[in-house]
Amino acid sequence: MELLSSLGDGFAVAITFQNLGLALLGCFLGTIMGALPGLGPSNGVAILIPLAFTLGLGATPSLILLTSVYYGAMYGGRISSILLGIPGDEPAMMTVLDGHPMAKKGMAGEALSLSGVASFIGAFIATWGLILLAPQLVKIALLFGPAEYFALFALAFMTLGGVSSTNQAKSAFAAALGLGLATIGVDTQTGVPRFTFGEVHLYDGLDFLVAIVGLFALSEVFIFLENRHGGAEGDSGKLKIGRLTPPISMLKSCMPTMLRTSVLGFIAGVLPGAGASLGSFISYSMEKRLVDKENTFGTGDPRGVAAPEAGNNAAAGGALVPMLALGVPGSGTTAVLLAVLLSLNITPGPLLFTQNPDVVWGLIAALFIANFMLLAMNIPMVGLFTRVLMIPSRILMPIVAMVSFVGIYGISGSSFDLLVMVGFGVLGWLLRKFDVPLVPIILGTLLGNAMENNLRRAVTIDNGNWLTLIDSPLSIALWAIAIIGFVLPLIVGARVKKKMHARRDSEGSLSD
Amino acid sequence: MSDRIFGVVGLLLAIGYAISAFAIEESFLSDAVGPKAFPLIIATILAIASAVIALRPDPEPVWPSLSRLAEVAAAVVVLLLYSELLPVAGFLIATAFAAAYLGWRLGASALEAVAVGIGTSVGIYVIFHLVLGLSLARGPFGF
Repeated sequence: MELLSSLGDGFAVAITFQNLGLALLGCFLGTIMGALPGLGPSNGVAILIPLAFTLGLGATPSLILLTSVYYGAMYGGRISSILLGIPGDEPAMMTVLDGHPMAKKGMAGEALSLSGVASFIGAFIATWGLILLAPQLVKIALLFGPAEYFALFALAFMTLGGVSSTNQAKSAFAAALGLGLATIGVDTQTGVPRFTFGEVHLYDGLDFLVAIVGLFALSEVFIFLENRHGGAEGDSGKLKIGRLTPPISMLKSCMPTMLRTSVLGFIAGVLPGAGASLGSFISYSMEKRLVDKENTFGTGDPRGVAAPEAGNNAAAGGALVPMLALGVPGSGTTAVLLAVLLSLNITPGPLLFTQNPDVVWGLIAALFIANFMLLAMNIPMVGLFTRVLMIPSRILMPIVAMVSFVGIYGISGSSFDLLVMVGFGVLGWLLRKFDVPLVPIILGTLLGNAMENNLRRAVTIDNGNWLTLIDSPLSIALWAIAIIGFVLPLIVGARVKKKMHARRDSEGSLSD
Repeated sequence: MSDRIFGVVGLLLAIGYAISAFAIEESFLSDAVGPKAFPLIIATILAIASAVIALRPDPEPVWPSLSRLAEVAAAVVVLLLYSELLPVAGFLIATAFAAAYLGWRLGASALEAVAVGIGTSVGIYVIFHLVLGLSLARGPFGF
C-alpha cells in the first residue's frame, strides 16, 4: 500500500504540462535515435544531456526527458532491424534474425506492431519490477559502509565487461583509464592539485560530460568518415509495410513468450555485467529452445521477434534498478544517466529514496507514462519513423557533430572544453578500433572520485588499516562476486560472444 | 602487432602516470591514505592490463587505408580549428563551415554541402538560441 501511495505521489509530480511535454519529446527523439543505425541509446542520451542543462530544467524534468529518450531508443532499435536487417543499436541485433525475414515475407507491418507490443510488455513488467525490487535493494544498501561501497564499485568495474567479453585485459585497461582520468584535478580531501601540469582549466577536473559526448558521439562521426557511407542506410520504401496491427491470433500465440522473456530480460538487466544486449540474446535463445518445435526460428517466426524485443526492453528497465538504488550503473546508458544525476547534484543510492522521493517516484511514474506514449507512437506512427531511416548520413552526421559542440559549449562556454572533447573523440575512435570497451571509461570518470573517497574513508576510519576493506562478510561477498564476474568471461566469454555474433558482426564496441 | 604497440603505449602511460603520482605534493594535513595511494593502485592495474594486452594480442584490427586515415585526421584538424575559432568567428559562420566540410567529406556534392552547412547552422541557431534561449558564441557581427 505504501508503494501505491508513493506511486500516486509520483504521478502527481509527473503529470504536469511541462513533464508530459518533455516525456513526449523524449519518446519521439529517442525512437528516432534508436532507429538510426549508428546512434544508440547511449549516444542519444549523451547528446541530449547538455540540452537538458541549458534549458535550465530541474532534476525531475531532466530525468523524465532523458529516460524517455532511453526507453524510446530501446523501442526504436527494432525499426531498422526489421526493415533493413541492420540493427539500430546493439540490443536490437537479435531482432534482425526473425524480424527481417518477416519483413521480406511482406509482413513488415505485423512485425513492427508486434515488436511494439512486445517492447511495451517488456518495459511495463520491468517498470513494475523496478518498483518492487528497488526499495528492497535500498534496504540492503543501507547496511553498506565505505568499505562495502568500495567493494561494490570494484564489482561494478570488474563485471562491466560482461559475460560476453572476450578480452578482460582491455576491459580492465578501460576501467583504469577512466579512473585515472577522474583523479585529474584538485584532490577533494587534501586540496592538493593532481595531474594538472599547471593547467588552470584542469583544476576542476575533467568534465565527464565532455568525455561522454566526445567518446560516444564524436567518435561515431569519425567512424562514418572513415567508412564514408554517406548515403541513407536503406531503402525502406521498397518494402511494403502492410497492415499496422498484429492479428489477435498472433498476439495470443506470442503472449506466453513475451511474458517469459520480460521476466528473464528484467533479471538480466538487474544483474551486473549483463545489460540489454545479453538480455535480448538469452531471451531469444531460451524461447528457441522452449517453443521452436518446427525449427521456424530464424525464418520469420513472430515469436522470434517478440522474444528479443520484450527481453531487451525489460532489461532496460532492470538496468535502472542498481543505478537508482545503489548508484552503480550496470550498462552504458544507465552510466550516462548517472552522469546526469551527478551533474544535477543528486547522488543516487539508498539516500535518494528517502531524501528525494519526488525524483524517484516522479521518474517511475514518468516511465509508465512514456511507455504508453511509446506504444501509441510506435504502432500507428511507425511509418513516420521509417521515413527517418532515409535521411542520408551525409546530412545527419554533420548535425550530430554540431549539436554535440553546441551542447558542450552551452554548458561551459569555453573553447578548452571543446578541444578536450575532440581529443576524446579521437581517443574513442582509436579505442573502438582496438576493440576496447568505452563504457568502463565513462563509468571510471563518473565513479572515480566516489570510489577513492570511500576507500580513503574506510581506511582512515580504521586508522590506516587496509585490511578493513575485507573485514565484513558483506564486503567479502561483494569481492567474491566481483572476482567470479571477472574470471568467468575468461572461461565462457569466447563461447557466448561467438553465439551472440554468430549471424552478425558487432556494431562497434558500444554496448546497450 | 597493433595490440603489442597499444600495450607498450599503455605501459608507458602507466609509468608516466605513476611518476606524476609520486610527484604529487602532499599537504601537511592529510588523511591516513593520502592523495597518492589511489592513483598508484590505478597505475598498477593500468600497467598489468597493458602488459597482458601486449603479451597476448588480439587478432589485428582492420585499419583503414592511408587515404581514409588522412580523411579522419583532416576532420580532426577541422574540428580543432572549429573549437578555437568559434568564439572568434561567431557561431553561425564557424558552424556553417564545419558542417559543410563534414557533409562534403561524407559524400555530399558541393551545392548540397553548402546547403547542409547553412541549414545545420541556421537550424541550430533558431532552435537552440532563438527558441530555447541557449547562449551561443557571439562573433564580430553579434551572431
